[in-house]
Amino acid sequence: MNSLKAKIVASWKAVVRDPIIPFGVVSLLLLIALAIAPLKDHFSEWRNYQHQYVRMIRTRGDAVTLQRHFQGGIRQIWLPKLGVVDRCQTCHAGLDEASLSDVSTQPFAAHPVIPHHLDEFGCVVCHRGQGAATTVAEAHHSKMAGEQPILPARYIESSCGQCHHSTLEGTPKLNQGRTLLTGYGCVSCHTIKLADGTTMTATDQPPPLTHIADKTTREWIYAWLKDPASYSTTATMPNFNLSDADARDISAFLIADSEPLSGDTAMTPAVASNSAADPAAGASLYGESFCASCHAMQNAAGNVVGGNLGPELSGIGSKVNAGWLQSWLRDPRHYDPGTQMPQYRWTDQQLQLLTGYLQSKTNSDFLANVHLAAATPAQIAHGKALVSEYGCASCHQIRGIRKPDNFAPELSRVGSKPLEQLVFLDGMQHSLPDYLSEKVRRPRAFGTNLHMPVYAFTPAQLEAVTTALLSLTDRSFTLPPQLQVPSPRISNYQPAGHAGQLMTNMNCLSCHRIHGRGGDMAPDLTWEGSAVQHQWLDAFLKNPNTLRPSLIRRMPKFNLSDSDRAELTDYMMTVYQTPAFERDSMPLTGYAPAEVEQGRQLFYSKYGCQACHIVNAQQDKGYIGPVLTQVGSRLTAAWIYQWLKNPQALRPGTTEPNQNMSDDDARALTAFLITQKTSLKQEAKQ
Amino acid sequence: MKRILWIPGMIALLGVGCGHRAAQTAAPHATAAGSALVESSGGKQLGMPGTMLPQPLVVQVNDASGNAVTGALVEFSGPAGVSFDPAVALSDSSGQVSTNVTMGGGSGRFELTAASPDKSGKKFFLKVTELSGSYQQQVGYEVNEKYCARCHNSESSAQRVSNYDNLSVKPHSFADGNAMNKLSNSDLNAIITHGGPALNRSALMPPYGWTLSKAETQSVIAYIRLVSDPPYRPAGVTYGKQ
Ligand code: HEC
Repeated sequence: MNSLKAKIVASWKAVVRDPIIPFGVVSLLLLIALAIAPLKDHFSEWRNYQHQYVRMIRTRGDAVTLQRHFQGGIRQIWLPKLGVVDRCQTCHAGLDEASLSDVSTQPFAAHPVIPHHLDEFGCVVCHRGQGAATTVAEAHHSKMAGEQPILPARYIESSCGQCHHSTLEGTPKLNQGRTLLTGYGCVSCHTIKLADGTTMTATDQPPPLTHIADKTTREWIYAWLKDPASYSTTATMPNFNLSDADARDISAFLIADSEPLSGDTAMTPAVASNSAADPAAGASLYGESFCASCHAMQNAAGNVVGGNLGPELSGIGSKVNAGWLQSWLRDPRHYDPGTQMPQYRWTDQQLQLLTGYLQSKTNSDFLANVHLAAATPAQIAHGKALVSEYGCASCHQIRGIRKPDNFAPELSRVGSKPLEQLVFLDGMQHSLPDYLSEKVRRPRAFGTNLHMPVYAFTPAQLEAVTTALLSLTDRSFTLPPQLQVPSPRISNYQPAGHAGQLMTNMNCLSCHRIHGRGGDMAPDLTWEGSAVQHQWLDAFLKNPNTLRPSLIRRMPKFNLSDSDRAELTDYMMTVYQTPAFERDSMPLTGYAPAEVEQGRQLFYSKYGCQACHIVNAQQDKGYIGPVLTQVGSRLTAAWIYQWLKNPQALRPGTTEPNQNMSDDDARALTAFLITQKTSLKQEAKQ
Repeated sequence: MKRILWIPGMIALLGVGCGHRAAQTAAPHATAAGSALVESSGGKQLGMPGTMLPQPLVVQVNDASGNAVTGALVEFSGPAGVSFDPAVALSDSSGQVSTNVTMGGGSGRFELTAASPDKSGKKFFLKVTELSGSYQQQVGYEVNEKYCARCHNSESSAQRVSNYDNLSVKPHSFADGNAMNKLSNSDLNAIITHGGPALNRSALMPPYGWTLSKAETQSVIAYIRLVSDPPYRPAGVTYGKQ
């Protein structure tokens, strides 16, 4: 035992002659090891940035303030409720300094003004990236499992969409993207649930195909299926890249499957012979009826002009058959009960004129090379299989085919899709935005068996769609619910009774909004009964003349019968009244001349109303607001008064500014305006 | 010795690799030359930092007598961060070249340049300004479009008829830097909130203080500052001690 110990001591002594030396070496190593951490810290990237920042602010006019604000070391925003631990300000030291707004070198630029403060939301909620990291590489670029790299600035609006499900003024890209998702049928196949508990619904209205053989030919369907955009550049139907054989078979099936609609093609005998007889009269009826408010058409200069609520009509003559067209114009809801097209109650002669005019709008190239042999039963059967395979019934009503549920993958959280679940194409950047954008741009490149159709989006539209998709994140669902700004509640308001029937029939709600439902092309009518006088409304419905000369879209004439018109007027006057004030609480006549005169002065001097309104047609010029020459015959005095006091309270979003008017001023102006009546001469003319 | 032989081989390979890449991005070959560039559309748009402008920028190459030139080479360039797709292209049959512009980081005015060589190879240029707005300026743009532009913008379009000609006192365009830059932020705030009389001006300028929120008013001021030309330089702030 002892000898062993001696041996060890001896060999130790043999190796190290003096114990001091190894001790020294080990101590030195230890010292170096201990120094590594502080040195690493001292030379760290973020400290380097802080040194640069301090050097930069030294040269600025407000150096003292900036220096006082600056805190060295790691800075952190910790928001447990949002899951935020953000150390970004460690390097981005000037984020909160408004005076640095001219600095564009990162990481020192000031944050642009937004409605939220850094301390409330931190950084990664909007910018993604790893908030807790303290190196650029880790914070911005890490793609490790479950980590999101920083979101490129071009898609930043997507982050607003995580909480804001309604339209935001400052996010045009996001708004546009959402409109595309709902307007181009994306959400008909892909379910998109939002964190506010709603599901996105399609706003385009693809026609039912149940009676399509009444409306058009198999050749047209074939050519349309092959390339909808070559018929109409504004078509919302995408291109399914169908082979000739597939398009042939689908068209065969749709025609075979179509069920004739009774009374559909009944044409007044005169149509066929008389149709194109008077194209000029047809064109002027088209103009007078303000068809262009909703439909686009190619004009002489080759530009497609007009609204986009209904389909483009440039080539309508090559599409629909004349008998169908005439019966459609007579009563659109007979063919499609869900249509937005109003029933105009045209006379037979007018129907002929319009039918003839529209039939003359042909697109001969479109059908030039389409020659189809009679369909075989095998082709029809194959067509039916294809219709199911491509999910046509997700958008269109088709006889014998059920609308498929969840035809395509749900996209509710596609904006958080982990990179490791994505398959990238060769040469693509490995990022989620690039993936989404490319997937929408050329979906079929991602696999030969895919059915996703191709949309002819412009690059800017593609960026917008990608932005909207990126807003659909996991975080959107995990943020505290009180942060959610819900999408506007969808109203299913329906006017009642026979008058309601008439309104449905004329599709008033395609253009007007009532109780939250309807279009925004024309004024909101929710409180119309408090606003206008009975006699005026009746006369207006009989012969609408525009109140605003600057508008190109105008109220068309619907040719109601006298009794229908009386009923509709009564209904609107009784039902559409605001609870906020009594319609007849102020008289329509009997104001003192002095008060009227005072109102006139207020109108022209203090409030400068003539900037936008005309009272005296000889002298006033402003015409972006309604013309007021006869306002005393149109509006009720109580409405004028309340409107002057607070226009937005009566019609949210109106551009008439609230002038914070005193009661006296509002009363005097009301007195002045209510005396602006239809002159007797004009009345006689009417 | 053997190992050294690899080196020229590697260099050759590298050369081939780079050569290949260069070939891919090589400029298209011009078949004609013009002498002037004009803007067809897409200038003075408002985009957001890092995003693509809504409309492509379209310029046209003309010859000395003003006829469109097909097949002329046009090259786009801009400040760091701005990118063009395509950055180099030949003019089409109507003499036009269209490019999608993606704005750089940061908001403000971006001066872009389109250049094309004439017959002798000397370049002629066209300068186009695009704007890049922050969130606040975008909101300001919307406010302007909705409330102000009808009076302050003298141009009419089918969608929006201008009221400018109807006003007996003429407002200035917000792009008129010479007029707008004279007004301080608090002047702007006063006239927008309380109307023309607040600055002893015409009541044809209505007050918006009870219609717009404070944030909206600030945003429209920020928008005015963005679009003014010459650009706004606030007095009293020094940007660097020399
Ligand atoms: C009804 C027309 C009208 C509308 C709408 C209008 N303005 Fe004006 N504005 C004017 C007129 C007229 C002047 C010129 C007043 C003068 O010089 O006496 C003016 C002047 C101004 C000025 C002073 C600079 C100048 O142009 O001379 C500012 C700033 C201004 N307006 C901002 C706005 C803003 C912001 C809005 C929208 C929120 C707006 N205006 C909406 C008519 C209008």
